[in-house]
Amino acid sequence: MSEKLQKLLDTQGWILTDGATGTNLFNMGLEAGEAPEMWNDWHPDRIAKLYQGAVDAGSDMFLTNSFGGNAARLKLHNAQSRARELSRIAAEIGREVADKAGREVIVAGSMGPTGDIMLPVGTLSHADAVEIFEEQATGLMEGGADVLWVETISAPEEYAAAAEAIGNIGAPWCGTMSFDTAGRTMMGVTSNGMVEMINGMDNKPFAFGANCGVGASDLLRTILGMAAANPDRPLIAKGNAGIPKYVDGHIHYNGTPELMADYAVLARDCGASFIGGCCGTMPEHLAAMRKSLEATQKGDKPDLAVIAERMGGFSSEDDGTAGKPAETRTRRRRRD
Amino acid sequence: MSEEEDEIILSELSDEELTLQMHDDLYDGLKEEIEEGVNILLERGWQPYEVLTKALVEGMRIVGIDFRDGILFVPEVLLAANAMKGGMAILKPLLAETGAPRLGNMVIGTVKGDIHDIGKNLVTMMMEGAGFEVKDLGINNPVENYIEALESGEFDILGMSALLTTTMPYMKVVIDTMVEKGMRDDYTVLVGGAPLNEEFGKAIGADAYCRDAAVAVETAKEFMAKKHNQVSA
Repeated sequence: MSEKLQKLLDTQGWILTDGATGTNLFNMGLEAGEAPEMWNDWHPDRIAKLYQGAVDAGSDMFLTNSFGGNAARLKLHNAQSRARELSRIAAEIGREVADKAGREVIVAGSMGPTGDIMLPVGTLSHADAVEIFEEQATGLMEGGADVLWVETISAPEEYAAAAEAIGNIGAPWCGTMSFDTAGRTMMGVTSNGMVEMINGMDNKPFAFGANCGVGASDLLRTILGMAAANPDRPLIAKGNAGIPKYVDGHIHYNGTPELMADYAVLARDCGASFIGGCCGTMPEHLAAMRKSLEATQKGDKPDLAVIAERMGGFSSEDDGTAGKPAETRTRRRRRD
Repeated sequence: MSEEEDEIILSELSDEELTLQMHDDLYDGLKEEIEEGVNILLERGWQPYEVLTKALVEGMRIVGIDFRDGILFVPEVLLAANAMKGGMAILKPLLAETGAPRLGNMVIGTVKGDIHDIGKNLVTMMMEGAGFEVKDLGINNPVENYIEALESGEFDILGMSALLTTTMPYMKVVIDTMVEKGMRDDYTVLVGGAPLNEEFGKAIGADAYCRDAAVAVETAKEFMAKKHNQVSA
């Protein structure tokens, strides 16, 4: 439960999470378009291997293979009736790997977005979203997850629905959003906006932060923005291993283990205490990150220039934390 | 309509004021007001094509600019597109009757192996908002689906979307097939999706990579303008 997370934070000061799930599974032969969650049933050995890779590289925690394991996503594979079961198996395999690790390793039950846009703009109702998340959360906890891990969310409404669903079953949780649009989420949430959102929630996560998004530099800028808003709980930084590049017909993330090792140290300096990777982050990256985190002490907060110098430039000039740019259009009138 | 003192009666506005008001109403995603505005302009004898371009497309252009500049985000854009759709529903049959010039036809789909559709749907809505006709092939499209659609002869633009690094290379399969069939140069190929970038678009032989739906619309307009110039030259 979240005591385990707190204990690790107290003794170590930071927690190294895992890296990529998709990138690793594709390397094991997952076909594009196939639901990775089906492998929990078909190839449990490969899923155990995926988890083991993170454990062996020194991760304190890994996410279960259940990112798309909610009924809304599984529906695209005609497996909507298996959301609870596939999530449960994902956690069961994880539990087994973690219990054999010989040290404290936390199993975090991954819960990705529904992929639907919520009312009033889209079609998904709050009640339906809560039901979808609750079903998956129940399966993950049944399978032995220590904590639930909501990730890659872009809409505040969806984050709230997940929080409510998890609250309904009384499980501990963490939750990150993906800031991929000029420093905001696709739905326009800024880093400091997320802190404000968390402050106003009933069922607050144990920790929150950012995952995926653009590159390592953007993600660190997001963490800086969150830290500057004085959050009252730990921050999570799970960034991609650089940016995908197209080389000879294949996609490579340009982030080297060395870059990710430096990213990990910077993430801690920025104020994150859960540090890990996302897309493109392989065991060799994680091992390098662990090594650099252990070899150094937390330093001063870097400024944006330092981040740009060490991680590369940002995808956009500003990230909206200074407030929305002044509206230059003259409105004819205001409406409610 | 609100009951505030400054309530605006659309039918009392001059043509110029009404079109400006409609730009604002599109911006605010007010579907009923847009439908009302379209009907008023038509009653005043405006050509359907004029209503489309001056009131709706221009209004959506402003929405697109603010989306591009990070002032508006997806939720607001979806509401604006929905309001636009309301107006388009009235204009569409009239445009067909009057034989108005078409802005361009696009066929769009997420590539094989990829089941993501939010980005593609957004582009579809923005393109329709800009006055394009769009046929949406949906998700998980093998090359045959694209080729079949293009061979119908209805389209000027092919749009492909991929949200996974593992599916984006499939865009090249589609483009290579078009080259083999000698049809590549007949179309403008636009690609987009979160993991893509300009370099990738060039590497696979697309005409352009579009960072977001607003850029897709602007790029499509540019290419259509070039095409029209070539035809008339």
